[in-house]
Amino acid sequence: MSDDKTPNELDDFDARLRRAQEGRSADQEDGEFAKTPTQGFGLAFRIGTELVAALAVGLLIGYWLDIWLETTPWMMVVFFFLGSGAGIMNVYRAAQGIGLGVGIGPGGKIVSGKDETDDKKDTAGD
Amino acid sequence: MANPLHQFEINPIVPIKLGGVDASFTNSALMMVITVAVVTLFLTMSMKGRALVPGRWQSMAELCYEFVASMVKDNVGSAGRQYFPFIFSLFMFILFGNLLGLIPYSFTFTSHVAVTLGMALTVFVGVTLIGFIKHGAKFLTLFVPSGVPAVMLILLVPIEILSYLSRPVSLSIRLFANMTAGHTMMKVFAAFIVPLGFLGGWAPFAIDVALTGFEFIVAFLQAYVFAVLSCIYLNDSLHLH
Repeated sequence: MSDDKTPNELDDFDARLRRAQEGRSADQEDGEFAKTPTQGFGLAFRIGTELVAALAVGLLIGYWLDIWLETTPWMMVVFFFLGSGAGIMNVYRAAQGIGLGVGIGPGGKIVSGKDETDDKKDTAGD
Repeated sequence: MANPLHQFEINPIVPIKLGGVDASFTNSALMMVITVAVVTLFLTMSMKGRALVPGRWQSMAELCYEFVASMVKDNVGSAGRQYFPFIFSLFMFILFGNLLGLIPYSFTFTSHVAVTLGMALTVFVGVTLIGFIKHGAKFLTLFVPSGVPAVMLILLVPIEILSYLSRPVSLSIRLFANMTAGHTMMKVFAAFIVPLGFLGGWAPFAIDVALTGFEFIVAFLQAYVFAVLSCIYLNDSLHLH
């Protein structure tokens, strides 16, 4: 009985092994479904600080440049606007999960899109 | 009324002076040692049986492992496999630090900027170094958005650099602020329970019960957010757009 089954089982095992190596095991779908609410929460916690942090860094850099170059308060004014720009861009990227470089979502993983996730996986594999 | 910020006070247990620098072994350091010990014990003891069909403890250990493993795989791809130990250690350290800090009379070391900024800067500096090692000077193209007119670059490159520099700040402030705010709030409401007496005390008590549950979510979420953002930053350094 078991001898008859062996080739089949081995084939099945091969297929499962291949799927596991590609990171696409059958039970992954369930896991992702279960994780979705925490990811929404995670994003919500991210966004607030993302905005303030960039502004704070901008102001701090402006403050130090002012002391260094003795241009009070001009550098701080310039970097206030640059910092707010950076903050808004951070939030935009975090919310959209698109774009490039700093603070982008992991290919839309946090945000939503299934197809975006697949895109990411493809590029990651390259 | 008890001071709600008293719980964050750092007290030296073994005073050590290293060349004028106060390097005392504090209650914060003690909690970190306990956290590392508990994580190590939890992982080694629960995996001791190595059963094919896992028991309860082994299931929990495997759950932690698979959670972080899939997080790294989803966010960084297969190139992130070699960084898994670091992300896993980071996640477990923060998670257990947050959870152990919820035990009454213990200390939450993640409620101190010194600790969270230390971890965030480790991630930030490490990720930047990895980027430069993998891509050399080409890594700087991270700050140049593609498909943008040259005039706009004068404005956008500084913004990109600022946005990059804000990473460790937002990473550390988020964890520290959430832990501090939650614990302070719990203490404030707890301080109202006895003064309001047997009739009025139930309201703050009920709020505290709800807050405790909320704090468990926050403890897990903040560890998750910290780890997942480290993965995202790592991904940016490994795969330039």
